[in-house]
Amino acid sequence: MDGTMRAESDPSGAGGQPDEWFASAKKIYPMAVHGTFRKIKWAVLFATLGIYYFLPFVRWDRGPDAPDQAVLIDLAGRRAYFFFIEIWPQEVYYLTGLLILAAMALFLMNAVAGRIWCGYLCPQTVWTDLFLWVERQIEGDRRERMLLDAEPWSVAKVLQKLSKHTLWLMIAWWTGGAWVLYFADAPTLVKSLATGEAPFSAYLWIGILTFTTYALAGHMREQVCIFLCPWPRIQAALTDEDALNVTYRYDRGEPRGSLKQNRKRVDEGLPAGDCIDCYQCVHACPTGVDIRNGTQLGCIQCGLCIDACDTVMDKVGKPHGLIAYDTDENIKRRMEGRETVVRMVRPRTIIYAGIIVLVGAIMAYALVTRQHEGMSVLHDRNPIYVELSDGGVRNGYTIRMLNKRLTAREFALTVEGMPEGTRIEAVGISEHVDGAPLVTVGVDTTRELRVLVFSPAAAQLDKSTPITFRLRDTASGDTATASDFFKAP
Amino acid sequence: MADGYKKEVDHISGVETTGHEWDGLKELNNPLPKWWLYIFYATIVWAIGYWVVYPSWPLVSSYTAGVLGDSQRANALAAFEAGMAERAQIGETLVNASLEEIESTQSLLEFAMANGRAAFGDNCAACHGTGALGATGYPNLQDDNWIWGGSLEEIHQTLQYGIRSGHDEARFGEMPSFGADGMLDKEQIIQVANFVGSRAGIEPEAGIDLAAGEQVYAENCAACHGDDLKGMKEVGAPDLTANSYLYGKSIDAIRAQVTNARNGVMPAWAPRLDPATVKSLAVYVHALGGGE
Repeated sequence: MDGTMRAESDPSGAGGQPDEWFASAKKIYPMAVHGTFRKIKWAVLFATLGIYYFLPFVRWDRGPDAPDQAVLIDLAGRRAYFFFIEIWPQEVYYLTGLLILAAMALFLMNAVAGRIWCGYLCPQTVWTDLFLWVERQIEGDRRERMLLDAEPWSVAKVLQKLSKHTLWLMIAWWTGGAWVLYFADAPTLVKSLATGEAPFSAYLWIGILTFTTYALAGHMREQVCIFLCPWPRIQAALTDEDALNVTYRYDRGEPRGSLKQNRKRVDEGLPAGDCIDCYQCVHACPTGVDIRNGTQLGCIQCGLCIDACDTVMDKVGKPHGLIAYDTDENIKRRMEGRETVVRMVRPRTIIYAGIIVLVGAIMAYALVTRQHEGMSVLHDRNPIYVELSDGGVRNGYTIRMLNKRLTAREFALTVEGMPEGTRIEAVGISEHVDGAPLVTVGVDTTRELRVLVFSPAAAQLDKSTPITFRLRDTASGDTATASDFFKAP
Repeated sequence: MADGYKKEVDHISGVETTGHEWDGLKELNNPLPKWWLYIFYATIVWAIGYWVVYPSWPLVSSYTAGVLGDSQRANALAAFEAGMAERAQIGETLVNASLEEIESTQSLLEFAMANGRAAFGDNCAACHGTGALGATGYPNLQDDNWIWGGSLEEIHQTLQYGIRSGHDEARFGEMPSFGADGMLDKEQIIQVANFVGSRAGIEPEAGIDLAAGEQVYAENCAACHGDDLKGMKEVGAPDLTANSYLYGKSIDAIRAQVTNARNGVMPAWAPRLDPATVKSLAVYVHALGGGE
C-alpha cells in the first residue's frame, strides 16, 4: 500500500502501517509442577509411549504361513494385522469404523471434560512433555533456563545446549525408528537397519520422523497447538456450559491481588478474592496462556495450572480448587447462591455415547461374522451364451475365489438354480467330486478361474435364469455364494 | 515505516488495527508468527532447488531437464523393459512346459490366459471377432464344432502352421468346385444341396429328388464328409450335420459352396509370434469353452 491509496481509504490521516506484520514467537519456559494432574500426565506418557515404542516387538502366533508380529501393516503384501484380526485392502471399512469411533470418542471426551485429548493424549503434548523433561534435567527449571538463555555463550552453555539437542535427536530418532517397525517384521528390520541393509524407504521415513519429532516437540511446541492444529477451533463448537473444563473460579478468585493488597482490602472492609496474582498458573502453562482469562484457544486443558495453583493455595492456607475442572454453569450458580450441579448425562453425551456403542457393535458384529472365503463372478460379455451341437447352451464366467484363512483350502464349486443335468467346469481343474470342480486356493490369497456352465441338451431355458454359485470348503463346510445369470437364446 | 503513522488500537478487542478501513470496518492486526513467513521463504528456496534438479521450465523447442536427468518417459520405458524381461522369463517356462502342464499349473495358466487374451485381441480378433464368435468364412472358436480338431494339440498345430497358409507344415485340404470345374451339373448340385440341407435340419425345396441327391452325395462327397455327413478332421472336411456352417447354413449357401468352393486361409503364426505367445493362444482358445 502506498501513501496515496491510504489517504483515500483513511482520510483522517490516522492510518499507516503497524511496525509488525509478523511477530516472533515468545519463548515459553514452562515451570515444573507437582500434583495430581502431573502424576496423571506422567502415567499417560509412560503408557502411550510404552505402547508406541514396544508394540512392534510383541509377537502373535498365526502359524507358519503368516507373520508373527501382533501389529503389522504389510503394505507390499496388502494385509493389515492386529492381534487376532487380519484385514484385506477391500475391508478398509473397518478403518472407517475406527475413525468414526475415534471422532465420537473425541466429541464425548469434550462434552464430558473438555480437551482431554489435547491435554493428555495428543502425541504433540506427550512428546513435548518428554522433551521438556529432558530440557529440565539438563538446563534446570524455568528460572535457570531463562537465565541460561540470557547468558552470553560459554563452554558450559554450549555443552548444556549440545547435550540437550543430542538427547532430543536420539529420542526423535527412536521415534522414527519405532514407526517403521510397524511396517515390517520388527526384529528383522532392526537387524537390517543396524547392518545398513534395510530398504531406503525405511531410512527415509526414520529421517522424516526424526526431523518432525525434533522440530515439533523440541522447537515448535505450543506453536503447533495455536497455529497449526484445527482441533482448538473445532473445540469451541463441542464444549458447552455443562462440560467440565479447566476453569479459573473467578467467583472465588476475584478481585485478585497480592497477599498484602488483599489483606489491606479486607481491613478496609472491601471484598478480596483468593487469587494472590502470583502468576504460577501462567508460568506452569505449557502454552503460555493465562487461564484466568477463561477457556481459550491456546488452553490445551492439561490441568498443570491446577497443580500449580493448588501448591500455592497450600502455602497461603487456602483450600484447593481455585483453578479446577468445573463448568460455566456452576460458576454462574455459585454467584447466584444456588446449588451446584454436575450434569454428565445430557442429550449431547447420550447421543455421542449411543453412536459409539452402535458403531462399536456394528464393527464387532462385522468382525465376528467376517467370512473367510469369498467369491466374485463376472459373466462373459462377448458372447453372452454359446449354442452347442447337442442343442445345449454354454455360458462362460470369470470367478475369483478368496481364501482369507492362513491355510490352503480346497473348495467344491457348484451352481444352483439350473435344471437337472447341468454341468460345471473350471478351466485347468481336472478333479471333481459329484460333478463339482475341486479348486485349491492358497494361503491367504485369491484364485481366478474361467468357469463354464453347460445346460442339458433338452432343457427349456428362459432368456435369463438367475443362478447362484456356491463355494464350499470341503473340510469345514464353510460356504460363500455369488449370484449371477445364465443366458440363453 | 510510513511517516505520520499513529498506532491505533481497537477498543473492543484491544488489538492494534492495520490501518485499513472500509466504511468504518477496520482490520485488526494479529501478526502471524515469523516462522510461518520463514517456512514460506523456505518453500520458495525449495522450488528453486526443484528447478535445478528436476525438469521444469519449458523452452522454445525443449525444456530444462534438471541435473538429475529425471524423465517420466524414461521411467515408463524402464518399467516397460523390466516388465518385458519378467515376461520373457515366464515365457521361457511356458515354452518348456507341455500344453497340459500349462493348463493344470495355476501360475502358468494365469499367465497364458492373460497373454493369450492380449495376443488374441491383437492378432486373431480381426477375423474371428473379439468374442471369438467368428463370422461367415471365419470359424466360431467358442462352439464345439471344430473343422480341424479342438484339442489343445490340434489347436496349437493349427495356430503354428495355419490352414492352406503355404507353410510346409500347414494343414491342407481343399473342397473342389464341383460346378465350376464341371464335375456336377446344375441339377445334381441342387439335388445334393437339398439332400445335405435336409440332413442338417433345413427344410428342402419343393419337388426335389432327395434320393438322387443322396446318390450324388455318396459318389462325390462321402469320401471326405463321410457316409454319416459327420465330416473328417484329418482333411478338414466339416461336419455337415453341425448347427453352424462356415460359409452359411442355407440351401443357397450350400449350392454356392458346391458350385464354386471357397477355401479360406488361416495364416501360420509360428513365423510371426514367439513360441510362448502361440502356446498362450492355444491355451486361451481352448479355454474359451469349446476345447475338446
